[in-house]
Amino acid sequence: MAVKVLIPTPLRQFTGKQSSIECNAATVAEALGSLTGTFSELRKHLFTEDGKIRSFVNVYLNDEDIRFLDKENTRTKDGDTISIVPSIAGGSRRAGK
Amino acid sequence: MNTQKGRVNRHRTFQTLVPAAPARFIEVYAKLTEYNGAGPASICGRGCSFFGEPLGRPFGGGQRTTRHMNIAKKPLWTEASAAPGTIGKSVIDCIGNTPLLRLERVGPNYPNVEFYGKAEWFNPGGSVKDRPALEMIREAESSGQLKPGQTILDATSGNTGIAYAMIAAALGYRVKLCLPASASEERKKILKAFGAELVFTPGDEGSDGAILRAREIIAAEPGKYFYPDQYGNPGNWRAHYKTTANEIWEQTAGRITHFIAGLGTSGTFVGVTRRLKELNPAIRCISLQPDASFHGLEGWKHMATAIVPGIYDAKLADANLEVGTEEAYRLVKRAAREEGLLLSPSAAAALEGCFQVAASLGPDERAVIVTIFPDSGTKYLSERFWDEV
Repeated sequence: MAVKVLIPTPLRQFTGKQSSIECNAATVAEALGSLTGTFSELRKHLFTEDGKIRSFVNVYLNDEDIRFLDKENTRTKDGDTISIVPSIAGGSRRAGK
Repeated sequence: MNTQKGRVNRHRTFQTLVPAAPARFIEVYAKLTEYNGAGPASICGRGCSFFGEPLGRPFGGGQRTTRHMNIAKKPLWTEASAAPGTIGKSVIDCIGNTPLLRLERVGPNYPNVEFYGKAEWFNPGGSVKDRPALEMIREAESSGQLKPGQTILDATSGNTGIAYAMIAAALGYRVKLCLPASASEERKKILKAFGAELVFTPGDEGSDGAILRAREIIAAEPGKYFYPDQYGNPGNWRAHYKTTANEIWEQTAGRITHFIAGLGTSGTFVGVTRRLKELNPAIRCISLQPDASFHGLEGWKHMATAIVPGIYDAKLADANLEVGTEEAYRLVKRAAREEGLLLSPSAAAALEGCFQVAASLGPDERAVIVTIFPDSGTKYLSERFWDEV
């Protein structure tokens, strides 16, 4: 499945200043794995040492927080957009809808 | 039955017993109980008096007490003693003079070091931002930049927005805040509660989108608004130069050896450091930053990669240290459980910075380390770290 991953501004220094990355992935975990496989510096910023998404990092599939879906195992489909949003802006995109 | 009734009445408040008592009477009564550490029964049991007049027998029944006190015969209210504005404080008066908390349990590895934190959540708006917001508004009033009828406009969804909204309400100004739609519902509700007008900008544009929208609104109607711009307004650091630093100096009786604070707008660090260095140039002032551009420490800036605030002075700090987000999260939980302090992540990060400094001291070196706790953890209770870190 072709999905787009939106890169937040503070992480663009690790993606060659690209604001979004296209990849093929059947789940959110695969998409993030593909992203960190291509841009290895991103791994320590997104994941803990034991491979969990860091607790201030919110991941959305389109406009839904994956915590309220199937977490990293949430399945993706063609044209989906994955967003990585740090929680320090004061909340979640879900809350802002 | 009467005994039972009397026992119940002894535990009633004074207002319950004398519902029409003048405010001044209640205030003095409250002081009496405070000084004696006792309730109404024990005070009056000793034969109490009020302005030299006997108050009557110990409280045993509401009706009888009111009759014996006979307070209507003695004029308690006079023009001089009860002029409007002479009693109590306005909410604006309550900004600043926050407690300096002594931490007693979370730093046992450093027996020669005393750790203190300014508990800025005691400000009425709940954070350190009340200080710069008030100073910027007061300076703008003095300079004529802010006039009656104008609206205070800024881009913020954080503590500064709450401070603007509270102070503007108390001073009679309108306030309009641009904020990303992604800001939490809780914060939006606090801002709305103070009557702020909220302008939502697309969540994926973040705070930059909110800043650009604020600038557009001002450009369209420049005379209508006052734009404080906390990142470039010297009133921000001057608030801390005038208040926070002097409070620290007095509260430590001049014993402070190290001042440590996180950098966001940099106003706290710049203002406090400038004043403390005047009071004692030997005080070491150390600034803290997140250890990466992508972090979870709300209010902090990673200066190497962020837009550097106009008021920041990089030459001021004796040293700059970095703190990791997860270290701060772990300390939030420790401070809550070992000190009874519900710190925000940025407050815990500041404390983590204090421990880094303590660890760098010689084994016999004594130190009095003071930091700023910008706000409490109450606005961060739904963060995942409580369960995950």
